[in-house]
Amino acid sequence: MTDFIEPRKSSELGINSVPFIEVAQPGAAPLLEQAKGFWVTFSSMFKKNQTVQYPDVKAPTAPRFHGRHQLNRHPDGLEKCIGCELCAWACPADAIYVEGGDNTPGNQLSPGERNGAVYQINYLRCIFCGLCVEACPTRALTMTNEYELADDKREKLIFEKEDLLAPLRQGMLAPPHPMYPGMTDTNYYNGEVTQAHPSQQEQN
Amino acid sequence: MSTAELLGKDPGWIIAVKALIVFIICVVATLMAVWTERRVLAKMQLRTGPNRVGKFGLLQSLSDGVKLALKEDIIPAAADKVVFILAPIIATSMCFMAFAVIPMTGVVNLFGHQTALQLTDLPVGVLYILAVTSIGVYGVVLAGWSSGSTYPLLGGLRSSAQVISYEIAMGLSLVAVFIYAGSMSTSAIVDSQHQNIWNAVVLFPSFVIYLISMVGETNRAPFDLAEAEGELVGGFHTEYSSLKFALFFLAEYVNIIAVSALATTLFLGGYHAPPGLGFTEQWLGGWFTFVWFITKVNLFFFIFMWLRATLPRLRYDQFMKFGWKVLIPASLVWILIVATLRVLQQQGANRVVTIAFAGGVALLLMAVSSLTDRSKKVSRAPLAQGESPEFPVPSLPHLSSISVTGGQK
Repeated sequence: MTDFIEPRKSSELGINSVPFIEVAQPGAAPLLEQAKGFWVTFSSMFKKNQTVQYPDVKAPTAPRFHGRHQLNRHPDGLEKCIGCELCAWACPADAIYVEGGDNTPGNQLSPGERNGAVYQINYLRCIFCGLCVEACPTRALTMTNEYELADDKREKLIFEKEDLLAPLRQGMLAPPHPMYPGMTDTNYYNGEVTQAHPSQQEQN
Repeated sequence: MSTAELLGKDPGWIIAVKALIVFIICVVATLMAVWTERRVLAKMQLRTGPNRVGKFGLLQSLSDGVKLALKEDIIPAAADKVVFILAPIIATSMCFMAFAVIPMTGVVNLFGHQTALQLTDLPVGVLYILAVTSIGVYGVVLAGWSSGSTYPLLGGLRSSAQVISYEIAMGLSLVAVFIYAGSMSTSAIVDSQHQNIWNAVVLFPSFVIYLISMVGETNRAPFDLAEAEGELVGGFHTEYSSLKFALFFLAEYVNIIAVSALATTLFLGGYHAPPGLGFTEQWLGGWFTFVWFITKVNLFFFIFMWLRATLPRLRYDQFMKFGWKVLIPASLVWILIVATLRVLQQQGANRVVTIAFAGGVALLLMAVSSLTDRSKKVSRAPLAQGESPEFPVPSLPHLSSISVTGGQK
């Protein structure tokens, strides 16, 4: 007595008994049609080629290309970042590290109470999705079109706040400096501060 | 004075110098060929190609060669060491040897010595080339076999089957040339074309068959099944690295140049200038004939590149079918016709008889081809809306189910 069951062959099961018929294949194209391909390659030799000589010539990116981040400034030079960490929380790749800090009368980095004391983006992790930019409540964080982000050390690809901050433009004053006299942080967000106060500029 | 007599008077040192020159020509031509191919292919694909190393990237292949030579040389544990090392040496040395009988210039002055740039002139020169290139196939087969790996083995087998099949067609296409030139010596064939007309014109079908089979013979696109990247990784040289791989690379390109040079010699009048430009042959003391030779070889090399840029790779069975069922029968029939015409000519037959024979053959061919064409034409009436075809098809918008009954309606 054995419980061994002889496996049945597929031919007995009849699963392969679907009759196949030969399908008429499309025949070879006429000789002239075939020769057309040769003309395509030959004529391509005299067309302008599409290669961009990259390190020498840099083609501009699309205007909304997601490149390296930038921490923006208010027109008087104060940082827009308030250290809220929303960008870090929004980041799906956990590439952003933020430590908030308090603004003190002697050390006013941004309008209002808080500033981003430490701000790091790890470009080994960043996937350039832009969710951090969407999350930012003060438009402090935006993206530039810069795409040359290769380097030879891992440490070099963790960008600090100094690497990410926007450059100082005309009328801007490097923080820390007090807020524009008579202006609140709300005025700052509404864009009512257009440049650093003349008295502060003279100090510099 | 025939070329054989002229070369027979060469002293030993001239032979050595010529051997060196031939070797240098082959190596430099390979370096330039790799660069040219990459640039021309790039042009055909709207790219630029290598343009960094040296002016216009001219030194690219040289630096690639240096890079290859300096790479780590790996011999797989499963490989048969002796054969593994021997294979690239066989492949490379044999294709260099093919160049020995190629006449590259007319009579020239080489270091104060009247000679021709041709190492030796054998009475069976073309047969010698066929023999030597066949031995070159051993390099490929042995490389595939000795690697101790599946893909190289398959690649080596494919390659040998392919080269052997296409060598038959190639050999048959050369028979017509032998019949017309009355000799198998390369220099004699060149001379006979100089006295009459290029073989490419008189023996046009042979020329076409040779062109096709030389692509098959050198394992080049669209017949590069031996190294089909998508199927066999690298084919027979998958396990090779460093200098041994470089040798195979060199062999491939020297082979291409060799078959192009043979095509030039046998069909395009060799080193002679095209009709009407005969006066140029005296320029530079006869050395200008070398320019003509190189130009013609480059013409063939351009065809190689053009084919590679244009055509996709053939399926293996289609490729074999084409070789055995089209090229070989076609060249056999063509040889029969050529031989008959030649005999008619030699026996002083009436011109009318000759023309009648040629016309009869042409009529026969047309009749056969039209009959085969008619039998091929099977027209299928377009399906009515809602009706399913007789063969299994994926469901279409107007078909609810798939018919798998296959014609049993």
